[in-house]
Amino acid sequence: MTEASLTAVPVVEAQPKPPTNSIFRHAIYVVADNPVTGLSFGLFVLIAVCALIGPYIVPYDPLASDTSATLQSPSLHHWFGTDLLGRDIFSRVLAATRLDFTIAVASVALVLFMGGLAGIAAGFFGGWTDRIIGRISDTIMAFPLFVLAMGIVAALGNTVTNIVIATAIINFPLYVRVARAEANVRREAGFVQAARLSGNGDFRILLVHILPNIMPIMMVQISLTMGYAILNAAGLSFIGLGVKPPTPEWGIMVAEGATNIISGEWWVAFFPGGALMIAVFCFNLLGDGLRDLVDPQRRT
Amino acid sequence: MLTIAKRLLTVIPTLIGVVIVTFLLTRVLPGDPAVYFAGPAATPQSIAEIRKSLGLDRPLPDQFAHYVNDLAHGNFGNSLSTGRPVATEISSRLPASAELTLSGLILAIVIAVPLGIFAAVKQGSFIDHLCRVIATAGVSLPVFFTGLLLVYIFYFNLGWSPAPIGRLDAFATAPPDITGFYLIDSLITGNFETFRASLSQLVLPAVTLAVFSLAPITRMTRASMLAILASEFIRTARASGLNDRTVILTYAFRNAMLPVVTTLGMVFSFLLGANVLVEKVFAWPGIGSYAVEALLQSDFAPVQGFVLTMAVLYVALNLLIDMLYGVIDPRVRLEA
Repeated sequence: MTEASLTAVPVVEAQPKPPTNSIFRHAIYVVADNPVTGLSFGLFVLIAVCALIGPYIVPYDPLASDTSATLQSPSLHHWFGTDLLGRDIFSRVLAATRLDFTIAVASVALVLFMGGLAGIAAGFFGGWTDRIIGRISDTIMAFPLFVLAMGIVAALGNTVTNIVIATAIINFPLYVRVARAEANVRREAGFVQAARLSGNGDFRILLVHILPNIMPIMMVQISLTMGYAILNAAGLSFIGLGVKPPTPEWGIMVAEGATNIISGEWWVAFFPGGALMIAVFCFNLLGDGLRDLVDPQRRT
Repeated sequence: MLTIAKRLLTVIPTLIGVVIVTFLLTRVLPGDPAVYFAGPAATPQSIAEIRKSLGLDRPLPDQFAHYVNDLAHGNFGNSLSTGRPVATEISSRLPASAELTLSGLILAIVIAVPLGIFAAVKQGSFIDHLCRVIATAGVSLPVFFTGLLLVYIFYFNLGWSPAPIGRLDAFATAPPDITGFYLIDSLITGNFETFRASLSQLVLPAVTLAVFSLAPITRMTRASMLAILASEFIRTARASGLNDRTVILTYAFRNAMLPVVTTLGMVFSFLLGANVLVEKVFAWPGIGSYAVEALLQSDFAPVQGFVLTMAVLYVALNLLIDMLYGVIDPRVRLEA
């Protein structure tokens, strides 16, 4: 598999200058190749736009309660209905996009930094570095991941930042594994030897020559784990960790609507849950599409 | 025999890692347990006293030895809010969680494996497409959301299932504690009324967990059946005139099961986590809901006990899966 990915990755030679034109053509190719990937890319843009401007375009204040309009079913005034305190659910779902998206992006960025660097160091240096980093990943993998995340948030303290950290830690072994394998096959590659001969130190080779080369594979990993990161964060806030009411966030909104489900007010939990589902679905499809493109051997 | 002994040895460093992590979760990270214990009205003096009584003033390796010693004696500490020992609470709640998780897993395997085989045999058919939709949709569904949807449809709309209030409704009596699994205990004692009541409570949460774990099992069964069906010994078997049934079930299925069994390890990791969320949705009195209650009250001992129990269970399950490997594939046994 590793050899196959070597040939499949368009190897960007040593200069880190990104060929913008070819990236753009690549993107068009992705969308044209598979309409489902195109659709998921469209959804991704929609989610990103909601995260950016959502809080400014909401029709109602997501925090303002209205005791004269509690638990109304979806209507023209309140597209997604209102909750127990009369807050407009459409506005809350829209405003929540930013927080959920930020948590996912931040945790994935954090794990890309930690896991990516640890992984290429393990693959490149081998020996003790590899053994220690491998042992750390193994220990993390010995826990059921969501349970470990609960424990970490409980220990570090019940805040959104710690949800980001916990989500990053449980994804750490995945990133280490991918980065390690990719760095390992490139360790003795021609361009690395050339760089070494020209007098580059180990760290410079790692950061300037190997890191840019494994980025395509890591990008796929990112979009595959984004969905999981959102699910994990929403799960933690569903059980009451991290995000505090009345902050709009999908997981906590589903938790608030859980009591209404039994008495038939389905919309309180349905719309935030649906938004969450669509976001995860979108990231998973996008990840699959990207992987098929970058690494066709692993297509299932 | 030797392979099993060797595999058992590899568990030791993993368990040591697990114990170290659960220990570190409380001691090294910011936040002082002594301040928690002392409460808001504590003076520096009383905090120092509590710290001494908890053993928090001693050096870290010393504390660790103390912790391991406690664990070896089955002492997980006491819950701050109820004062009860964590170990007894967890062991009394464990059967509820185990019954739920296992029912969900068995349900998922019973559906997913045949579905995956059909999808692979009839590639490109309706079942194949259904399989792909399930595989992508299943992993995208937040498990707590699926649970609530099922409650809305089957409890509120159709009225087929009872209210999501735990293992038994208020009118049924719990069966005598033999295995701790209500379904089995009520059957043993011949109490069919209780059996029916506990089964009707169990169906929805078990289905929720099954939906969640369907996706990876179906996907892996399909992929591995496809790979096996394309191999040469299958072609030979077909060329020798064996019928489809024999080729698929006897020749392909057994070989295709290996990667599926490996996937089960990952499925368990997800299931044990999802279990916590499902227990919360259905007010299931398992160890997950115990940990969640404790978490919200910053009661750390139960959470620590819960994380440790789950990790040990997970390590044991992975060990079991590796043993299964030897049963399915004789080559693994011969390697010793």
